[in-house]
Amino acid sequence: MPNFRDPSLSVMEPNVLSNSLLNSYIPVLVMGVAAIALAAALIGLNGILGPSRPNPQKLSPYECGVTPIGSARERFPIKFYLIAMLFIVFDIETVFMYPWAVTYIHSGGMMIFNLIEMLLFVGILFVGYYYVWKRGAFEWE
Amino acid sequence: METTYTIWQYLFTLPVHEIPWWAEVFRSILRVVIGLAFGLGLVPIYVWLERRMLGWVQGRLGPNRVGPEGLLQPIADVIKLFMKEDIIPTNVDRGLFLIAPIIALAPVIMSITVIPWNGSKSWGAVAPGLDIGILFLLGVASIEVYGVILAGWSSNNKYSLLGGLRASSQVISYELGMGLAIIAVLLMCGTLGLQDVVRGYDLRQPHEFVAGTVLNNGQGLINVLPLSGTGYTFYMLDWSSGFWDWNVFRMFPFGLIACVVYMISMIAETNRAPFDLPEAETELVAGFHTEYSGFRFGAFFMSEYANMAIVSTICVTLFFGGWLAPLGILNQVPISWIQALTQTPDSWVPWWANLINSLISALWIILKLFTLISMFILVRASYPRLRYDMLMRFGWKGLLPVALINLVLIAISLAVQHSFRDSLGTAGAWWVGQIIAWALMLAAMLVAFVSVRKSYASRQRDIASGEIPADSPIVRHPVALALPALTSTEK
Repeated sequence: MPNFRDPSLSVMEPNVLSNSLLNSYIPVLVMGVAAIALAAALIGLNGILGPSRPNPQKLSPYECGVTPIGSARERFPIKFYLIAMLFIVFDIETVFMYPWAVTYIHSGGMMIFNLIEMLLFVGILFVGYYYVWKRGAFEWE
Repeated sequence: METTYTIWQYLFTLPVHEIPWWAEVFRSILRVVIGLAFGLGLVPIYVWLERRMLGWVQGRLGPNRVGPEGLLQPIADVIKLFMKEDIIPTNVDRGLFLIAPIIALAPVIMSITVIPWNGSKSWGAVAPGLDIGILFLLGVASIEVYGVILAGWSSNNKYSLLGGLRASSQVISYELGMGLAIIAVLLMCGTLGLQDVVRGYDLRQPHEFVAGTVLNNGQGLINVLPLSGTGYTFYMLDWSSGFWDWNVFRMFPFGLIACVVYMISMIAETNRAPFDLPEAETELVAGFHTEYSGFRFGAFFMSEYANMAIVSTICVTLFFGGWLAPLGILNQVPISWIQALTQTPDSWVPWWANLINSLISALWIILKLFTLISMFILVRASYPRLRYDMLMRFGWKGLLPVALINLVLIAISLAVQHSFRDSLGTAGAWWVGQIIAWALMLAAMLVAFVSVRKSYASRQRDIASGEIPADSPIVRHPVALALPALTSTEK
């Protein structure tokens, strides 16, 4: 009886569907078509069932009943842009970690090497993280 | 070998690797229908549950007029939404405005594809053979952000723009913590397939049952031909496994930390209270969907609730054992009962027995799902909304480092376990690895504590020397000021 804490035993028998790889993607395609069709159909149904009695007041932008002042396309804080840039950096780092994480417990004798590799990677990342933190990029005022 | 099969055999009884692609299309359609009923059919029940529970928490009744206990209220609401006018304001960016609700709703429906509801490799999910489950999920779920930001921008309304910006930066900030928490699970299980992640929990459970031919009965759902090569897993009915094998309790406390990080991120990802700033009614009207009406608004509403259900199901799948019962003995009807009932030999089990076992699996996952949904609702009822700077700080300075350090500690523990397994045995190696990881965790906590103390002490020093007044708020320099010089922003 295997011990459940033994991580090298975590993977069960090989996937029986591996010889029908293409078949396993058919449901994804069907679901994709179904999802878009369903979303579009529900909205289309509303267009058929709902009334259409437009008037200028109804079609103006909603600003709590007051006549809109100025354009809505105003300048917005640069912080949002900064967050997006930081996200790209850290998200790419996360993506790099996925293959490493999946193969880690199967790597056998290479495990220590893999660990050191990832520690270096995370270490370099932490230097950048510390820098960004001290620069105050995470402060929102 | 030319064999002719009937349609029934093509659809239900052939082993998976012999099914032609056109039969697979029909089978997919069947599973998609099951998945959609499972994913979207429960949405009205969540809405009802939320309104009733909030009413209960706040000492009022909630909807109780339409149908028994108000159960039909969400359906009445949906019909009403269909009958409403679909207003398209004059100054919007028409194309994007029209398509944004679809972009928000379709990916959420798409993510149902990989969620497993039982262990069968051919009927256990919409796409049970897909072994890239988690990657698919993350990829598809990220598309939803586009719907939100396009809705916010194309509405040409100040509230919508602010709501859309807030929503997108919140979602991308918390996606990092979420991704790292998921990587922690991948490290422990070593697979991307969601069914395999669940089966990774109960290594002592799945095994060949006495009646081997029963196990390999084609696709496990309907027993006609004794064909081999596909696996509907029968579980050993015993007391030796149960909730303590789930990933939350694995490599304690690292599985638990990953779970908590994931659960906080999932509340933030779905823009729910206390992280519901993008839709803060009191300040932004409704955020990115201010200008939407009719079922275009309904699409956003539905995508929010369906998303809530889906992230909860993923949480159940990753951390709480998916379709498995909290005690191994409750996983299925004992095979001896069925044999006593049907008076048949060991090697044959009727198809309805498999069907009942599948329904028991579905029952467990729905039960766990509703527990999590109730938690969502109680969190909403209990906590006040965060301020935006707190929200961002919590995501970037709180969840991200915790999840990253947790990940590193799991990796270290696994590596140590691997190196000591030969000399100490599995259990001994587990303890050595865990004790080293616990020591490192305590060291990290100490470092964090000391740095907080230091910044507090430096502030107290400044107050004592009169540099800053005692009642001054903790000033945090904006980026524009902090950039020219590398100074500490803590004082």
